[in-house]
Amino acid sequence: MAEDAQVVITTEGLTRSFGDNVAVDRLTISIRAGEVFGFLGHNGAGKTTTVRMLNGVIAPTGGGARIFGLDPQTDGARIRARTGVLTETPALDNRLTARATLEYFSDVYGVPRSLRRQRVAELLERFELTKRADDKVGGFSKGMRQRLAIARTLVNDPDIIFLDEPTSGLDPVATREVHRLIERLSHRGRTVFLCTHNLAEAERLCDRVAVLARGRVLATGTTRELAAELNRGHRISVEVDTDATERALALFTALPQVSSAAVVGDRAAARNGGTLLLLNGVARPDVPPVIAAAAAAGLNVYRVEPVDSSLEDVYFALQGQ
Amino acid sequence: MNWRAIWAIASKDVSVALRTRAVMLPLLIVPLVLMVGIPSVVGLISGMANQMAAAESQMADLTRAMPPEFASRYAGLNDVQAGLVYFLVYLFAPMYLVLPLMASAVVAADSFAGEKERKTLEALVYTPTTDRELLLAKVLGALIPGAMVGLGGFVVYTIVANLVALNVVGMLILPNTLWLLLAFFVGPAAAAFGLGVTVIASSRVNSFQEAYQIGSLVVLPIVLLVVGQAMGAFLLSNWLVLLLGIVLWAADAVVFFIASASFRRTALMARI
Repeated sequence: MAEDAQVVITTEGLTRSFGDNVAVDRLTISIRAGEVFGFLGHNGAGKTTTVRMLNGVIAPTGGGARIFGLDPQTDGARIRARTGVLTETPALDNRLTARATLEYFSDVYGVPRSLRRQRVAELLERFELTKRADDKVGGFSKGMRQRLAIARTLVNDPDIIFLDEPTSGLDPVATREVHRLIERLSHRGRTVFLCTHNLAEAERLCDRVAVLARGRVLATGTTRELAAELNRGHRISVEVDTDATERALALFTALPQVSSAAVVGDRAAARNGGTLLLLNGVARPDVPPVIAAAAAAGLNVYRVEPVDSSLEDVYFALQGQ
Repeated sequence: MNWRAIWAIASKDVSVALRTRAVMLPLLIVPLVLMVGIPSVVGLISGMANQMAAAESQMADLTRAMPPEFASRYAGLNDVQAGLVYFLVYLFAPMYLVLPLMASAVVAADSFAGEKERKTLEALVYTPTTDRELLLAKVLGALIPGAMVGLGGFVVYTIVANLVALNVVGMLILPNTLWLLLAFFVGPAAAAFGLGVTVIASSRVNSFQEAYQIGSLVVLPIVLLVVGQAMGAFLLSNWLVLLLGIVLWAADAVVFFIASASFRRTALMARI
């Protein structure tokens, strides 16, 4: 496996089966240091199994991986010393206090004794847990538990942070905090491996994403690159008068430059007595003749905009939905 | 070996287990019943029988199989007094082993299967500990309380048995060589055995209760020892206790070989 100084995670044909069920199927990815890499897929797509293999806590049944150039199967402990993993469930002991939890994991991760107290205090402060630091975790809300679990993930100041559904079940305020944390980690040069099925989250935070289904990677790239594969720029929206909607639809559908047309809900247009139409299959050179045809037919066109494919469009297109 | 991590995991397991009702109840109740309750009741009955000089014929039957050194050491005791000493020193000796065995099994069940049940195991397996370090930490976390409960039980029993003996016999009866061997050689081996069996059971089940129930089955051979001795099949002597300890430590070696082979984080995680 070729190593690049900037590449911190590589997999080649990484596979894991449980009996007849192939959880991860020939996964080949490469992640650079400092990247926020989104790993997108439904529940059961193979995200968690991949994280486990990359950290050497389950063995692959095929292929291989390198983390920092090390093999997770033989150098798991050395890899895990430089990674932090937020598991899908917080995995906190309800009988320990928040402070005791962080001190315990500081010891297990080998944080120098001289730094331990300061590191724990910083994490408690950063995740707004200082006031409840000496309360047992069993009495914490879901959001507090998740914040503490994330704090535990960072206790060894890891180079790679694996976050498995970090905002699952969190309220909007807590979700925003997690997003800010990921941005801060990225700014500090940390690599973030973000497993999520929250597409808006991935679109906002990730430098690149891999879309996963039934253990297989369907596509990898930046959101922009993936959108380009879905005829990005070949869709436009056109605002016309609401009472001319039917006429406009008939006209546009009949034009050779337009493959299909549909009404899309748009409050701004509705407030002004207009309707927004989405025209598919319209390449950039086709826009002037399409608008000219509308004008010739007496339609009032108030707005024409290219429509980008969102990550959601890409995701569902790749998933065949 | 990362001893700091090992000690952190072991001491955390001990401290949280001692704060868990399902763990603490058996750790308190079993020693109280075995080491305080039973000898006290036997002492009470013996004291009353001694005062009434009753049931001597049954006591004579009971003490018939006593070892030769018993007769010389406790010469001059009447049958009730000799019967009490026989019960407290010899007949009850195998029951003592229940204590370290049960204590280590219950803490081990909480530490291994309980961790799975509470879904806290996953965070631990992602730490930079090796499989061997993780196993050693978990073993120490259960063995230390098991051995401590065993030694504590020995101290308590020595006090209670001596108080009872002083009242009925007028002399101190413990510790003797047999009980010192039990407490410091056989007891830790029993603790390790209960622990090892529970570790193996825990890798195959997902709840504290299941692991504890399987681990508790190792008490059965001790019951056989008690029954066998009561029926006169054998009498625990110093040499027999020494042999029992050697056999138990050998069994521990086998059990821990199997446990270490089955304790792989990759295997544990594949089941979660």
